[in-house]
Amino acid sequence: MTARPKTHRFDTLSLHAGARPDPATGARATPIYQTSSFVFPDTDHAAALFNMERAGHVYSRLSNPTCAVLEERIAALEGGIGAIATASGQAALHLAIVTLMSAGAHIVASRSLYGGSHNLLDYTLPRFGIDTTFVDPRDLDAWRAAITPRTRLLFGETLGNPGLEVLDIPRVAALAHAHGLPLLVDATFTTPWLMRPFEHGADLVVHSATKFLSGHGTVIGGLLVDSGAFDWNAGGVRDKFPTLTSPYAGFHDMVFAEESSTGGFLLRARREGVRDFGACMAPMTAFHILQGIETLPVRMARHVENARAVVAFLREHPFVADVAYPGLATHPDHALAARLLPRGCGAVFSFNLRGTRAQGRRFIEALRLFSHLANVGDAKSLVIHPASTTHFRMSDDDLRRAGITEGTIRLSIGLEDAADLTDDLSRALNAASKA
Amino acid sequence: MRFDVAGRSVYAYGGSRPFASDRPTVVFVHGAANDHGVFALQSRYFAWHGMNAVALDLPGHGRSAGDALPSVEALADWLREVLDALGLAAASLVGHSMGALAALECAGRYPARISRLALLGPSAPMPVSDDLLAAAARNDHVAYELINGWSFSAAGQLGGNQVPGMWMLGNAMRLMERTRDGVLSTDLIACNRYANALAAAAQVYCPALVVIGARDIMAPPRNAQALVAALANVTTVTLPETGHSMMAERPDAVLDALRTFLGDAGSA
Repeated sequence: MTARPKTHRFDTLSLHAGARPDPATGARATPIYQTSSFVFPDTDHAAALFNMERAGHVYSRLSNPTCAVLEERIAALEGGIGAIATASGQAALHLAIVTLMSAGAHIVASRSLYGGSHNLLDYTLPRFGIDTTFVDPRDLDAWRAAITPRTRLLFGETLGNPGLEVLDIPRVAALAHAHGLPLLVDATFTTPWLMRPFEHGADLVVHSATKFLSGHGTVIGGLLVDSGAFDWNAGGVRDKFPTLTSPYAGFHDMVFAEESSTGGFLLRARREGVRDFGACMAPMTAFHILQGIETLPVRMARHVENARAVVAFLREHPFVADVAYPGLATHPDHALAARLLPRGCGAVFSFNLRGTRAQGRRFIEALRLFSHLANVGDAKSLVIHPASTTHFRMSDDDLRRAGITEGTIRLSIGLEDAADLTDDLSRALNAASKA
Repeated sequence: MRFDVAGRSVYAYGGSRPFASDRPTVVFVHGAANDHGVFALQSRYFAWHGMNAVALDLPGHGRSAGDALPSVEALADWLREVLDALGLAAASLVGHSMGALAALECAGRYPARISRLALLGPSAPMPVSDDLLAAAARNDHVAYELINGWSFSAAGQLGGNQVPGMWMLGNAMRLMERTRDGVLSTDLIACNRYANALAAAAQVYCPALVVIGARDIMAPPRNAQALVAALANVTTVTLPETGHSMMAERPDAVLDALRTFLGDAGSA
């Protein structure tokens, strides 16, 4: 009989990866190790922990057992080598960037980004000498043309926010690699259940774990995952990333990419970025996100099923001008989505009303089940008006380029009965049409 | 550090410490389709405790040049050449899996050059399944998947890494995936063909340590019994609930076994 690999599959890893029954108490659930620090058995052990000669925990800013379970679990689900849990998705993005580059560096990013990511790249990082060129995520020539000798990273979202542009990860990754650069992908909208970006060529993944991974809208957290595939020591690459390939005086001249061929990025991110910038995740937060991930496969299936039902309802409604959902044949990325997202295109999408801004306001205020708030990926359905909230700092031109108009409404479809959701939308659309 | 052996560049990780000729040296030898990184914690410990740590990338592996060597005997001779290149009259050897066979053969061939011999996850013989050999010969990714499936204990398959945040199976997979085409096949054929383990063990007179993973199915504990019997001066440590990838699954336990065996020259 032909031998077959014996490793575990996605749904099993969602429940078990990184966790074992607690050896001290037998607790089956991952305990919340609510402690700032950890006792050393002796002084030599302490010194060895500090100097990365032994494995273990020192201080919960650097690592914590509950957070470590979450880190392993997302790495297992993404098919990566490891991860770092951060205080928020924004902290994860910041950690990725500052681990890779310093003042004078340049990023090429999709212009269809979450507003908070756009703020960081467009307004804040230039103050620290890191600037970004934003490009149409569908225009590979624009990505190519924007790369300069100072470029250190390409960045996009698996599904753009809020227009759901599908990032052509295989082509953008190939372009990045041809220039000796890594591709970082924000996979918040898709989660590894819908797509595993590393399998398509991405090198690093960030999540706002606040969203679908947690699933309950109860905590703020981020995750930075490394595929371990990018060769920082390769010719044409090594000199671009001295943070990984040169001795670091802040850690006994450690050369992180020599310490580990695969894990150099995460070593530097933890040993410098988390240590010094300090945006760590609290163990209680990690516990909540772990609870969410345990049911990620069943929740995502339901999210997608409900989203399809709501999309089908909206596209037939006379007061709806258009629906931007890659699952629809009318979406420009429909074919790409079918290839990269065979399980579905998630549960966050936007649509445009046929009406005035006032009618849009009336629509949102008439909804009863949908909660009007600035979040996505909750078990409960959510609604927001991007132009006046999540993307309000963007100029009119930037809004237009990101596919956002005054009439754009973004929905995050939850786990309610789909018929109740379409009833709620129907009532609100009717109210708006009469406003 | 980098140095040349037979005109080819060799990379070795030294724990971020300069090589000092007045210190004892311990050489780490990795297994099939691996590199120095599998010994990162253990080698760094000794580098900062009074020894030179030389965690090698074998030829054709990691950052070392050349082709993978075709036999355990060739690896053993190459290890002696490493000692020559570093100007070492003698050194301790720590080998894992295929690296354990190479270290054993080296100690058998050149007993005066080896101070202490630590064999992690050895097997005598070290038969490789036909399916795995065939997959490796095709450069089929399933070869890496089979190795990962067999290299970690049942508990290890679900993680629980002592190194915070690192997913052992993913890291092991990515490391193997970096291997150039043909290298895994060459390594596995070398392991499969090696038949001199017991004869080599009979020639070893330095102290030896054998570390066994109780749940190792790549190098089952029973396959180490004859080897242990053949070594004249041997200590055996069995790690409970541990598979073949023992440095990943039990990094501290492996280090403690090595510390006890190799001694501790004091903090750097």
